[in-house]
Amino acid sequence: MKNSEPTIYDISSPGRKGVNLPIPDVPIEDIPDDLLRKDLNLPELTQLDVIRHFQQLSQLNHSIDSGFYPLGSCTMKYNPRINEDAARMPGFLHSHPLQDINTIQGNLALMYELQELLKEIGGFKGVTLQPAAGAHGELTGIMMMRDYHLSRGDTARNKILIPDSAHGTNPASTTMSGLEVIEIPSDSRGNVDLDILKSKCGDDVVGLMITNPNTLGLFEEQIKEVVKIIHDCGGLIYGDGANMNALTGILRPGDIGFDVMHYNLHKTFSTPHGGGGPGSGPVGVSEKLVDFLPAPIITIIEEGDEDNPPLFGFTTPKHTIGRIKAFNGQFGVLVRAYTYIRIHGSSGLRSNSEHAVLNANYLRSKIEKTYNLPYKRACLHEFVVEGCWQEAPNIHALDISKRLMDFGFHPPTNYFPLIVREALMIEPTETESKETLDKFADVLLQIADEAKTDPQVLIEAPHNTPNARLDEVQAARQLVLCCRPAYLPEPEPMQT
Amino acid sequence: MSYIPHTDADRKTMLEACNTKSIADLFSMIPEQHRFPDLDLPSPLSELEILQELQELSESNANTTHYPCFLGAGAYYHFIPSLINHMLLRGENLTAYTPYQPEISQGTLQTMFEFQSMISALTGMEVANSSHYDGATSTAEAIIMAVNHFRGKRTKIIVSPTVHPQYRQVINTYTKGMGLTVLGEENLQADTDDLITQLDDNTAIFIIQSPNFLGTVEDIEGIKNAVHDMGALLCVITNPISLGLFKPPGEYGADIVVGEGQPLGIPMSYGGPYLGFFATRQKYVRKMSGRLVGETVDKRGKRGYVLTLTPREQHIRRDKASSNICTNQGLMVTAATIYLSTMGKNGLKHLAELCYHKAHYAANKINELPGYSVINNQPFFNEFTVSCEKPVTELNKSLFDNYGLIGGYNLENDYPHLENHMLLAFTEMLSVDDIDSLVEALGAI
Repeated sequence: MKNSEPTIYDISSPGRKGVNLPIPDVPIEDIPDDLLRKDLNLPELTQLDVIRHFQQLSQLNHSIDSGFYPLGSCTMKYNPRINEDAARMPGFLHSHPLQDINTIQGNLALMYELQELLKEIGGFKGVTLQPAAGAHGELTGIMMMRDYHLSRGDTARNKILIPDSAHGTNPASTTMSGLEVIEIPSDSRGNVDLDILKSKCGDDVVGLMITNPNTLGLFEEQIKEVVKIIHDCGGLIYGDGANMNALTGILRPGDIGFDVMHYNLHKTFSTPHGGGGPGSGPVGVSEKLVDFLPAPIITIIEEGDEDNPPLFGFTTPKHTIGRIKAFNGQFGVLVRAYTYIRIHGSSGLRSNSEHAVLNANYLRSKIEKTYNLPYKRACLHEFVVEGCWQEAPNIHALDISKRLMDFGFHPPTNYFPLIVREALMIEPTETESKETLDKFADVLLQIADEAKTDPQVLIEAPHNTPNARLDEVQAARQLVLCCRPAYLPEPEPMQT
Repeated sequence: MSYIPHTDADRKTMLEACNTKSIADLFSMIPEQHRFPDLDLPSPLSELEILQELQELSESNANTTHYPCFLGAGAYYHFIPSLINHMLLRGENLTAYTPYQPEISQGTLQTMFEFQSMISALTGMEVANSSHYDGATSTAEAIIMAVNHFRGKRTKIIVSPTVHPQYRQVINTYTKGMGLTVLGEENLQADTDDLITQLDDNTAIFIIQSPNFLGTVEDIEGIKNAVHDMGALLCVITNPISLGLFKPPGEYGADIVVGEGQPLGIPMSYGGPYLGFFATRQKYVRKMSGRLVGETVDKRGKRGYVLTLTPREQHIRRDKASSNICTNQGLMVTAATIYLSTMGKNGLKHLAELCYHKAHYAANKINELPGYSVINNQPFFNEFTVSCEKPVTELNKSLFDNYGLIGGYNLENDYPHLENHMLLAFTEMLSVDDIDSLVEALGAI
């Protein structure tokens, strides 16, 4: 990896230009003086300056393309490049979101088909493609559940039950919807504690939000009882689809009674994570909730015949929660996911999940004698170990993570789920080879050994990354959130 | 087609290590009657075949490289310097994730930090986060921030009816469970003077868009005092390209500035992915949601960047978090940062001038046409509203079918009183010939 790079403002030089725009081909119109800004503090660079700067920066990143990235719950698998070419086809890339539907049937056909594919994969009756990310899908789903009860005059329901192993977005989405969170503890096998669940069920429950497999990578063994308990009290089941890479083609959540679920297209269907986004979080729903989907959804508004294709358009569901995002979802991400699903088909998707689960269990088997597994049963696509040992009292999961960087690996997810001490959550994904898993396991075993014999090497890690450990306390205390004024050149008068 | 590396020999060895006979056995805990459903999906395709099919879908769209586009209304067809796409396709940008481990994510972190710097500069504000999903959700997050700032004690939200209609819809969806009163929909003809009369000491935030949805640059100086007199926050939604030229909202007293970042080097792509920018005053930074990057030093004293103020966020605060937002718009932030670096201050100004001059040339010409008149009586930027004698759907159909032009936005969709009113947008992508064709066509229809 490269070492460091000055800020873009540091390398700016007044008078340099990165773009050559045409001179106006229309008459110049007076612009009222009082509207004009006095200066604009943007850098001034040539194109080559810009390319070198961002090329250098990119080389400071670990990425899937640079090496193994077993970040639990994030499904960092190979991102096929064909998806990039697909999303950049001019008809997709240069279409305006408000164009007349007659001029944009290709986009609408693709979105309609993707809705159908996702319905079939999840076992749902309706799908919205609007939500921009998984958390956004959660918010959408919870709002639909809330409005479903309200529309039936069932106005006393204001609680969402959430297992303690859940992603933090689950309780946050619930609060944003104006509902109250009731946390349900896990039992000794990592399942939802049924007795406690039953005790919290009543006519004030909107529903349960559950991740299956849960964030321990474990399948909820009593899922059918859980669903029944919730449905019996009049509640609905929300499935967090973050872990669908374990179950695609293996189990349809809709078949076992899930009422709502969001898909993370950037996880299960391998659209690139892009350094933190864009994601996409379509939501599937059961019959009960079809009328509550966000508006609009894509439907066939005129059936086709032998000579003419159907006409696709927008429809507003009867009791819609409303619009959740401007325009038509993260369309470019939808094109990528559609491409990925069509390439794989039913057999390919199932094979992906099968090999994701095989890889996780294989890796687990290689390290389980050395790293404590808090729940000793077969995992699905990921597993959680404890990153600590009695013999190494000063070593924490974070030290193991930082040491992994020295060997060119991205660390697992740290300190999540919260119910495991010093958690390391490992998700290898299906596109990693046995050789990679073997190397990673060897390094984990070596690090465990170092933890006991040479702990300092972990505590001081990483040793060969662009930066050593960074001081997060100082960052929060000084709060420098943009290039310091001291870096900036004196404001230059703007050229006209 | 599959991207799985396993050979038969690999599978055999790996299953043995797991003490399992077959892959199917790994799923024995799944309820049997539902295990391995027969998914009714189209057969798998090779990469070649799916590309051909997608090509056909893509080509069945009328796209703006072939049809001059006068449609804006929140998404704009702009020139994007080639280097941006090339940089986005670098695997280190494309295939990294949220920079949870800063030592091996300095590229993403520094890019986000530079984005925050440039958005602060552009909007004239002190701090900016590293993006929300889009302009609409950024605006909704501004409301949540204001409500949190007043600890839920102020419950009135005033949203100008000339805020983008889809943003207002998103606001209504987001605020439904929050016990707030959202004003602004009840009279779509209300002007800013009417809105100011609604202000009181229960008002948390006043949201206005400038240039507004009808194209007009609002006079915010006057509004600011009224809003601040009531102790409420002023949120301005703006078009970032206009800030290449116009006075930034930070200069006339906005507390929050949000907007759609799509014009900053992001393709229209039928509505997404885009990014919502969000800037505010330093004193509100702890109430602002969204990912935030701060500068710090490492153990050796070397400068570096980390995600900061994370205790506001959902993965720590869970149900007490200020928002459920988890990701930002990552790659779109990279695109906008490279765009602003390439355009620089003079490039962005030049671009804004081009848009301004083209729009005003068109407005002058259209105003001369019998039956058409531009209704904006205050300054506008790249977009304006024309009252027409015929229904806009009829005009647009003829513009497309007979002249190969993508016409303007039909304002009657959202404003019943603006029957036969069209919103037209102009960018550097339209030549004087394109504009003359539009004027000629409108005159002839």
